[in-house]
Amino acid sequence: MVQKCLKSLLVAVFGLMTVLTPAKVLAGGAPGEKLDPAKIILDHIKDAHEFHFFTLGDFHATIPLPVIVFSPEKGLSVFSSSRFEHGHAAYNGYELKEGKIVAQDGSALYDFSMTKNVVQMILALIVLVLLMNGIAKKYKKGIGVTSAPTGWQNAVEPVITFVRDEVAKPNLGKKWVKYMPYLLTLFFFILINNLFGLIPGAANVTGNTAFTIVLGVISLIVIMFSTNSHFWGHIFWPPGVPLPVKLILIPIELLGAVVIKPAALIIRLFANMVAGHIIILSFVSLIFIFGAMSKVAGIGFSPISVAFTVFIYFIELLVAFIQAFIFTNLTAVFIGQAFEGGHDDHHSGEHAHGHAVA
Amino acid sequence: MDLLLPHVGLIFWTLLAFLIVFFLLKKFAWKAILNGLNEREANINDAIATAEKVKMEMAQMKSENEALLATAREERAQMLKEAKEIKDRMINDARDEAKVQAAKIIADAQASIQNQKMAAMIDIKNQVGKMVIEVSEKILRKELSNKPEQETYIRQLTDEIKLN
Repeated sequence: MVQKCLKSLLVAVFGLMTVLTPAKVLAGGAPGEKLDPAKIILDHIKDAHEFHFFTLGDFHATIPLPVIVFSPEKGLSVFSSSRFEHGHAAYNGYELKEGKIVAQDGSALYDFSMTKNVVQMILALIVLVLLMNGIAKKYKKGIGVTSAPTGWQNAVEPVITFVRDEVAKPNLGKKWVKYMPYLLTLFFFILINNLFGLIPGAANVTGNTAFTIVLGVISLIVIMFSTNSHFWGHIFWPPGVPLPVKLILIPIELLGAVVIKPAALIIRLFANMVAGHIIILSFVSLIFIFGAMSKVAGIGFSPISVAFTVFIYFIELLVAFIQAFIFTNLTAVFIGQAFEGGHDDHHSGEHAHGHAVA
Repeated sequence: MDLLLPHVGLIFWTLLAFLIVFFLLKKFAWKAILNGLNEREANINDAIATAEKVKMEMAQMKSENEALLATAREERAQMLKEAKEIKDRMINDARDEAKVQAAKIIADAQASIQNQKMAAMIDIKNQVGKMVIEVSEKILRKELSNKPEQETYIRQLTDEIKLN
């Protein structure tokens, strides 16, 4: 019930925002400036140092975020991104160039700013932790154990049992219990950020290589810690092939195990989420592309555009779940491959691997 | 291209966030939730198993009860039959005994009547004999009062003895 309400609310707000927000953004462009949908779309899916909602003439509706910059020369400096005045001013020897902080003297710096991705991710994770903590407390009290589950338990429980019964148990065999905390955290970490990323005006957290690389590398570390001698034996001395072929296979197998598997995870999540956002933004931009040709065309096309956007938005809700599931499931498959023995097991693992690369 | 390049800051924050969330959820959420779910599943399994067992027991009890009832009915019929038999037998026995007793009483009565009759007869005979002897005596006394007649009579008697 709550979920349903939330969903319909999200859709309603989204519909409104997609129509209103870019309209303001685009309309706010300086007169005579040429409409550049590609730039607008990329600006929306990229990270930024402020939450930017719309620009009306000279007024920028933004929430400035803290900038944390470490420079080997100047040390750590923390200040608000509003100091940059949207890239028009320099502060403390730093300036904002195309959304990136650079030192005016060109020296090296490390940018640890709380960008909009970071802030939104933290907000999403606070929500996640509070939600899960609340649910856990209910279970501790016996609600959902000796009585029927209530509230959010009903929404989260099927997902948890799904991860347990469809992801962990089939792929990890008897060791599934050990990996449950990691798999569940991974799943909900991706899911909550996917869903928060779908809120209109929100940042595209999961469609960012930094985010997916971190998760991919963590998966790689977990996979590597799960390996057994059988796994490495197959990589460094593939059985049943002649020696010259072995020499060719070793680097391929090694590359496959250490690079390709996590890279596939990283790229898949990134590409899917970015693609979803680009499609939604493109459908919205179509109104303004047509509008640039003639006002009537823009207004006439807007219902079609909104209809398509809503349709894609529903698909994106689905994708948010699917991508979280796929990332978690493939991680479980790879972990399962890492510690399974026996030729039959390995064979079935190869099948899963085939799916993964596809 | 800028879209594809990962930013150090975001990598750092994401890693930090993931680790913190992982440890928080592992400590506070997943264990409790998974335990709760397992416990509930075990409870449900137990409940279903118990219900099934109770159902089977009930069925068994029902069949046992029916068997018991049937046996009870049979026993009752048997008992009734036996009681009837006993009753009949008792009546018959009583009747037979009564008959025997009656016969015996009748026989006894007859015997006693016979005895008394006999005793009476003997008494009568004795009385009659005595009376006959007395009468005979009186007659003889009168008849034998003269000698010749005595002699005649003795002769007669000796004749009779000779004849014997």
